Amino acid sequence: MVTAAGLAAARAVAAAVPDPELPMVTVADLGILRDVATEGERLVVTITPTYSGCPALREIARDLRRRLAASGFAEVDVRTALAPAWSSDWITADGRRKLSAAGIAPPHAAPARSGPVPLTLTLTRREPVACPRCGSADTTRTAAFGATACKALFRCESCREPFEHVKAI
Amino acid sequence: MTEDEFAAYQSLSEETEDHRWAFGTGFTDPLEGIDASVPDGVDAAALTAYCLALGDDALIYSHRLQQWMTRMPELEEETALANIALDLLGQARMLLARAGQAEGRGRREDDLAFFRDEHEFRSVRLAEHTDADFAQLAGRLLVFSAWRLALFGRLAASADPVLAAIAAKGANELAYHRDYAAQWVIRLGDGTPLSHDKMAAALGVIWPLADELFRADPVAARLPGVAADPAELRAEVDAVLDAVLGAATLDRPQGAPLARVAGKAGRDGVHTEPFGYLLAELQSVARAHPDATW
Repeated sequence: MVTAAGLAAARAVAAAVPDPELPMVTVADLGILRDVATEGERLVVTITPTYSGCPALREIARDLRRRLAASGFAEVDVRTALAPAWSSDWITADGRRKLSAAGIAPPHAAPARSGPVPLTLTLTRREPVACPRCGSADTTRTAAFGATACKALFRCESCREPFEHVKAI
Repeated sequence: MTEDEFAAYQSLSEETEDHRWAFGTGFTDPLEGIDASVPDGVDAAALTAYCLALGDDALIYSHRLQQWMTRMPELEEETALANIALDLLGQARMLLARAGQAEGRGRREDDLAFFRDEHEFRSVRLAEHTDADFAQLAGRLLVFSAWRLALFGRLAASADPVLAAIAAKGANELAYHRDYAAQWVIRLGDGTPLSHDKMAAALGVIWPLADELFRADPVAARLPGVAADPAELRAEVDAVLDAVLGAATLDRPQGAPLARVAGKAGRDGVHTEPFGYLLAELQSVARAHPDATW
């Protein structure tokens, strides 16, 4: 049996696994880690992909197994949960602070989804994205997509620095 | 760099038996750990065919977008298309894996993607169209993503929980794709006289392929509560297209639907000529080196 203390230790190990694409935050910070539980002797860790094609999920599963094995958990199942779909709203306050400190603007609240999704026809942002370096709200989106599925590219018109922004979904 | 950051990068470069990022190299099942059972009362053969068709749409469309890589005029558009192609590939992997589960013959996503022949693919012909220029790319992506978003919005309430989860997740991505395409159609349509004319011409080319998206689907008809009736999607897609075309100062294109062949089209496994070339490129490495790893 995995004891209650053992489960708490396993949770702490799993929660500390860094995201392969955004190593300044952990899988717990991003809301990718959904659950750590026991089934008899086995430890069951549940994770969810941020985007359907995110290649980082496999690496995360591998890191989870490696770190949990190093902490004495030999039998680990890593499972994928698709529902509910990941939302950037699940990024913790701590995660947002760490992203910002690393020069990546954290997401706004995700749009509510009920009924047909409204079109966005203009390039103007509904809410300004503040520059994570100088704090200016005078920023321009230079690309709707970035180097990973979860980010878009921005430029600050005040300090002229480019930066990344985690998309709100 | 902290120790954790270093470990994350190191793990990306480690070479181990189960750790490679390419076809046939130990990808795990994208539905690993998810209950694979087909709900009671659901026609498993029809669910297999339905997931296969929606997976094929995404796989083939993703490949067409991948063919644009290194050919975009700007790095930002290159990145956008790579991201959209990756989202669709992720949707394709899950849908093909679900089709394999429902079929129950042990076929996995790779078997379905790389070892079926042309007539076994059930994608709509819109997915395989070769975009001759960026205007066609934007117009086709608008039609495809507006339709697929309307479809996935309904499938999020499907009686098959796996299909519902895939659709709910995909809908968030498709909303982003649709906005990207819509903004380009508007910029080109409401741009210079030259870009306006090119965008109008592109829509004229794409439009004949749209009809197939809304035609009655005998597979969907066998899946009440699981699948969506294609005819139901038309009003939502029309509203989106009207809004975009209005802002783009473009008229809704006219033109008869692309002819069917003996009454058959993409959903029946009957494709246009370029499909064979696309499939050859998509499958050649996997077929030359079956089960290869590197």
